[in-house]
Amino acid sequence: MSAPIVIANARIVDPATDTDRPGALLVVDGKIDGLAEGAPQGVPDGATLIDAGGLVVAPGLIDMRVFTGEPGHEYRETLATAAEAAAAGGVTSFVLMPDTTPAVDDGAIVDFIIRRAAATAKVNVLPAAASTRGLRGKEITEFGLLREAGAVCLADGRQSIQSAGLLLAAMSYAANFDMLIVHHLADASLVGDGVMNEGLLATTSGLKGIPSEAETIPLARDLQLAALTGVRYHAAQISCAGSVELMRNAKRHSGSVSCGVSINNLALNENDVAPYRTFFKLSPPLRSEDDRREMVDGLLSGVIDVIHSAHDPQDSEVKRQPFAEASEGAIGLETLLAAALRLVHSGDVDLMTVLRAMTSRPAEILGLASGRLAVGAPADIIVFDPDYPWVVAEKDIVSRSRNTAFEGARMQGAVMQTLVAGRSVFRHAHWPEGAK
Amino acid sequence: MANASTGDTATAGTAGKRPFPHRDLLGVSQLNQHEILDLIDRAEAMIPISRQPRKILPTLSGKTQINLFFEPSTRTQSSFEIAGKRLGAQVTNMSVKTSSVTKGETLIDTAATLNAMQPDVIIVRHPASGAVELLSQKVGCAVINAGDGSHEHPTQALLDALTIRQRKGRLAGLTVAICGDIANSRVARSNLLLLGALQVRTRVIAPKTLLPKGIEALATEVFTDMRKGLEGADVVMMLRLQHERAAGRLIPSVREYYRFYGLDAEKLALARPDAIVMHPGPMNRGVEIDPAIADGPRSVINEQVEMGVAVRMAVLDALLADPSQVSA
Repeated sequence: MSAPIVIANARIVDPATDTDRPGALLVVDGKIDGLAEGAPQGVPDGATLIDAGGLVVAPGLIDMRVFTGEPGHEYRETLATAAEAAAAGGVTSFVLMPDTTPAVDDGAIVDFIIRRAAATAKVNVLPAAASTRGLRGKEITEFGLLREAGAVCLADGRQSIQSAGLLLAAMSYAANFDMLIVHHLADASLVGDGVMNEGLLATTSGLKGIPSEAETIPLARDLQLAALTGVRYHAAQISCAGSVELMRNAKRHSGSVSCGVSINNLALNENDVAPYRTFFKLSPPLRSEDDRREMVDGLLSGVIDVIHSAHDPQDSEVKRQPFAEASEGAIGLETLLAAALRLVHSGDVDLMTVLRAMTSRPAEILGLASGRLAVGAPADIIVFDPDYPWVVAEKDIVSRSRNTAFEGARMQGAVMQTLVAGRSVFRHAHWPEGAK
Repeated sequence: MANASTGDTATAGTAGKRPFPHRDLLGVSQLNQHEILDLIDRAEAMIPISRQPRKILPTLSGKTQINLFFEPSTRTQSSFEIAGKRLGAQVTNMSVKTSSVTKGETLIDTAATLNAMQPDVIIVRHPASGAVELLSQKVGCAVINAGDGSHEHPTQALLDALTIRQRKGRLAGLTVAICGDIANSRVARSNLLLLGALQVRTRVIAPKTLLPKGIEALATEVFTDMRKGLEGADVVMMLRLQHERAAGRLIPSVREYYRFYGLDAEKLALARPDAIVMHPGPMNRGVEIDPAIADGPRSVINEQVEMGVAVRMAVLDALLADPSQVSA
């Protein structure tokens, strides 16, 4: 049994209760045991004291979209290295996408992931199970058995189910087990050979464009099917103005639909792609600045529920290619919070809204006890300095892959300490408390 | 000889020229108006070399030129080869087969390998947009883009401009109609950039399925009706249609395409009476152009081929023969 921990002199920010005030926090046996306004009310004997020095103390982040290469492509990322990167970025839980080799489409593989993560990963790994066998979009998987094995939701990862009939079956069946369906939106016939946002930039670059309709058409379909079946549905990631409008309308009629946005689509736009920078080749693609502004507004108005990193490690072999031939995806666990804080520093979004989309909202959608600073909740806690200046440098990347979309970016805001179930899993090198 | 530009362009080669301020020629987009005109002037001065009995101007003597073609192109490759040889360079041709499985995988490896052989210039054609620029970042010598995907084909645009100027005596103020598969054409993009920089009025003509998004920002006017688009045009530039790929998807059939977008005498009659007809080749006779037009008196297609050698000589000379480039 580890010693109790007191985090004092903190700016407690808890989006679940809209709290932002000075205070202290007591951790006992891996759970939050007490909260105090101002100074701590008595420190238990033998307790470890963390002096937050006025920095923000918030729930650890919950990242709803993370890829690794374990099993199958461990040279890209293992559960252990992804967890290291997560801890450094203040992410205490992440939903693991099922796109591995083999795919996570069977209870035995869910079980493998859970046991492997328990043995090697320093943060909470929440496996999503494939909703179709082999992620092929042809036959549904054993939802009930997958849930029993510990899958937190159903998702087809990078794949988008093309058949409305199959999706209807999946949604109907998932509703039996009250399972959340998370779905990536990409109409294959509209994406075609497209590799970036459709528009003048794609045209001048000689690259095939992906129209927004490749996202809005499957989203409109999904929302109708979700209404029909009553399933809990989460649009994995939206990227364009039209999708915000569709989600806004759907939410007027249903409380069981939600959506996420990749931090990349909030912080970057299509201009970052030029000239042929493959680390910015993403799915959905980076859209226009107008679309990015709509994403920010959607976040502010609550239409967009969740911000995730879309952490997708790819080795240089598949990224150092001509743009059209390179793989999609960028890592993001380590830069998620700092990139999100850009929106706060620019005055576009308040800190509470940004944090809510990475803590209490994903926790609610996934049905987790974490994501809040409440007595009895797991002590998944981060201490961060919202103003700490740093530059993203390849040499400092913790993840096993280097394909960051923020190479060389100046950031303001860094995680100083990360606790998972009351255990310190990361301390910043420049954090005075790190000496302890 | 028509010479509407700067004046003293009689001397071929680098003597008396300003150094060309780029290591590579990756696209028209990197060039300003002045640099474009400079290259056209240099190319014009190269024309006589190819017309004289002893076709040699050995400014590239001792230089190594590698033609690296990831996509077959007899015409462009031989044009670069002849241009290099007329300047006295040692020319090596490399054709790299790319299967769908291994496509692109070898690009950076190939670049490193070739770079180790100490070439002075690598001329690259690749099916992927941006691939030539990627390769240029991995080598220490000059790189010339001989066509990358649907992106750019800068020497084609230069040779087209030179051909037009030879025939029309000027470029500024002319109206050039570019007709065909704009969406997939690097020739169209490079020409729109180049002609736009020289105050030429540009029109693109194509069915909507072959017009890329945002094209109205690159062309002066956009037409889906070829007849309207050709009215008053000084130059009609036809593009090759990859009809095997387009049929049934981007166009319903070759015969329908030819009916509405093929250049025949009836449609050509709508252009100016002295309008010239161009095509970057290779042509699909009967798909985008009536054979009688292609081989007729208004066609300058063979002149384009001749100007191609002059332009490539000029570009090679500008990149390699300048003293400042040699020492760099």
